[in-house]
Amino acid sequence: MNHLIFLIIAFPLLSGVSLIASSRRVREPLAGWIATGAVGLSFLTTLGVFITLLGSHSGGPSHAVTQHLFDWINVGSLHANVDLAVDPLSITMCLFVTGISTLIHLYSIGYMHGEEDFTKFFIYLNLFVASMLILVLGGNMLLTFTGWEGVGVCSYWLVSYYFQKDSAASAGKKAFIYNRVADVGFLLAMFIIFFNEHTLTYSKMTAHMSSLTLTMAVLALLFAAAGKSAQIPLFNWLPDAMEGPTPVSALIHAATMVTAGVYLLCRMHVVVSASPTGQWVICGIGLATAFVAATIATSQSDIKKGLAFSTVSQIGYMVLAVGTGDYVAAMFLMVAHAFFKALLFLGSGSVIHALDGEQEMGRMGGLRKYLPWTYGTFLFGWLAIVGVPPFAGFWAKGSVLDAVFGKSPWLWAGGLLTALLTAYYMSRLFYLTFTGSARFTEEGPNGEAAVAHPHESPWTMRLPLVILAFCSIFGGLLDLPWVHGYGLEAFLSPVFGSSLVIPADSVTKQFLLAGADALVAVLGLSIAWVLWRGRSERPELTPAFLAKVWYWDNFYDTIIGRPATALATFTAEVVDPLVLDGAVDGTAAAVGGLATRLRKVHNGQVRSYGVGIIFGLLVILVSFLVVVG
Amino acid sequence: MSIPLSWFIILATLLFGIGAFGVLVRRNVLVMFMCVELMLNAANLALVAFARSLNDVGGETTVFFVLVVAAAEVVVGLGIVVAIFRRRHSAVADELSEMGG
Repeated sequence: MNHLIFLIIAFPLLSGVSLIASSRRVREPLAGWIATGAVGLSFLTTLGVFITLLGSHSGGPSHAVTQHLFDWINVGSLHANVDLAVDPLSITMCLFVTGISTLIHLYSIGYMHGEEDFTKFFIYLNLFVASMLILVLGGNMLLTFTGWEGVGVCSYWLVSYYFQKDSAASAGKKAFIYNRVADVGFLLAMFIIFFNEHTLTYSKMTAHMSSLTLTMAVLALLFAAAGKSAQIPLFNWLPDAMEGPTPVSALIHAATMVTAGVYLLCRMHVVVSASPTGQWVICGIGLATAFVAATIATSQSDIKKGLAFSTVSQIGYMVLAVGTGDYVAAMFLMVAHAFFKALLFLGSGSVIHALDGEQEMGRMGGLRKYLPWTYGTFLFGWLAIVGVPPFAGFWAKGSVLDAVFGKSPWLWAGGLLTALLTAYYMSRLFYLTFTGSARFTEEGPNGEAAVAHPHESPWTMRLPLVILAFCSIFGGLLDLPWVHGYGLEAFLSPVFGSSLVIPADSVTKQFLLAGADALVAVLGLSIAWVLWRGRSERPELTPAFLAKVWYWDNFYDTIIGRPATALATFTAEVVDPLVLDGAVDGTAAAVGGLATRLRKVHNGQVRSYGVGIIFGLLVILVSFLVVVG
Repeated sequence: MSIPLSWFIILATLLFGIGAFGVLVRRNVLVMFMCVELMLNAANLALVAFARSLNDVGGETTVFFVLVVAAAEVVVGLGIVVAIFRRRHSAVADELSEMGG
């Protein structure tokens, strides 16, 4: 199976390219089925590679397989080839990326029904999946960076999918620019590592650098991850990215692309674990993001924005787990989060679809009886993210919080507080959407059209919901805390080796910590029930400070946007007319003036030209005589 | 007993000077044209004289080229002079200054 690894990437890439070539002829729904089929084949290939790897896993010491496709860059000591590296870490990532992508492609066939650019959407989606898989399977930083940029540009295209809308167009630009800023971190990290290690290949990396250099490298990596994974200080592009169609939000901005930063940090575990300072900074950024985004999520009125901040917050948890050194917990939460957050987004998409594009929760409510399938599946996604046992989120978040407790009880307290907020805001979102009275049957105060009978989605949309709900319920089985022989921990730990820190807690302590998690989940859920039962708005609980994202955008606007605008205005009004135009006009005027005087010489009199010629001849003669003489 | 080279050179210089002076002071296009021919032949004379003196046939060869080109130039030049004269009924160089800047 190992020589077929490239097929994982080839299927979606080929489908995307051939759809581009034939996009004028292949239309709805065929384009969607081709794209879905390609990603499905990619998933099956991944499954085959995974099973092969499992076989070699038990039989021998080889935990990693590399497929060398072709030489790419061989300059001096830089050897960056197109090598696809399969090890437990990348195959875990590949499995859920291709699996969830298949489901979301299928869902999109229903969701994008009747869109004018149906084929284009699936082209972008296919190209995205191919880029994401290059990112995951790349055997060196440069190849990963190629995929990293690929997903960035696909994200830009998909966020700006409705580019006729101003808000969508600028949201796409915002996402792209934030990611470009973060790319500087990635490049710097590559420079530092190559300068010190003379290799960019993951399997050859050591951490033989001075501690200062290591910390610089880790901070650069963290900055790169902060952009892609929407962490402080670069997190506020993600909520805007919700302008894209909902399947895009589910696939790119919840399940897969935004976890690429966390994946990068896991991939670079040798470097990250060697810098204790860097690890503390990672913990700090992770917890701060988790907490800040959770507070913001409590005050959002748009269902997708609420989920977006929830995503930011959950990725904060993953980054926090990376900081503690428990990479397995980070990966566990990443997989579990992919399941339930994709489910929640797809569920919200189903709601939005049913309400003809309405996203404001103030215009929802009582959808339980209209959308039984969506309600039933969303319920499990909600319980999973809140952390109610025995759903996936409880186990995943529990393993992160256990690891954090091992690092520092103070960080743990912050994490637990965030978990309480998570339970609260997700429950608020759930109650506002599905319970209470229906607020969409009459026209809204701002002229929103009434929807008399919301309709349940077609089966292409319901099937992914059901499968993801199933995964959200049983996802915890991937890594149960008291079982050590199988599951993610046993599978992934060879990759991380000595970098991995897993808290060795006693059973009593484990139960106490788990009890605290469960208690907090139920508490948050109940508080939300008391506060939001039968209510659709409580302005005192949604202060402008939180609803406006801690004025974070205004902050950037003040320190970067306005000075930059002022500088641009200054150059446009002063530098351009005076200096630039001055130089150009001045040159023109000088040439013109000189020409006006010089043209008098050219008077048309043959005999005066003759004088010139003879005079010139004399000059040449005399100077010749002088030189020779 | 041959004539010294310097005599030829002095003669050529005189011819050239007379030609150049004529081009500068005369106004009739036809006369100016003749003066140009004088200058050309001064150059030819110098070339032949040097060729004889240096025993190098290259100078004489060059003169043949100059003669042929001069003949061609006379054809074109006289053609232009005739054309101008037909239009303007005058061949005074100073009046022909439309091309001036």
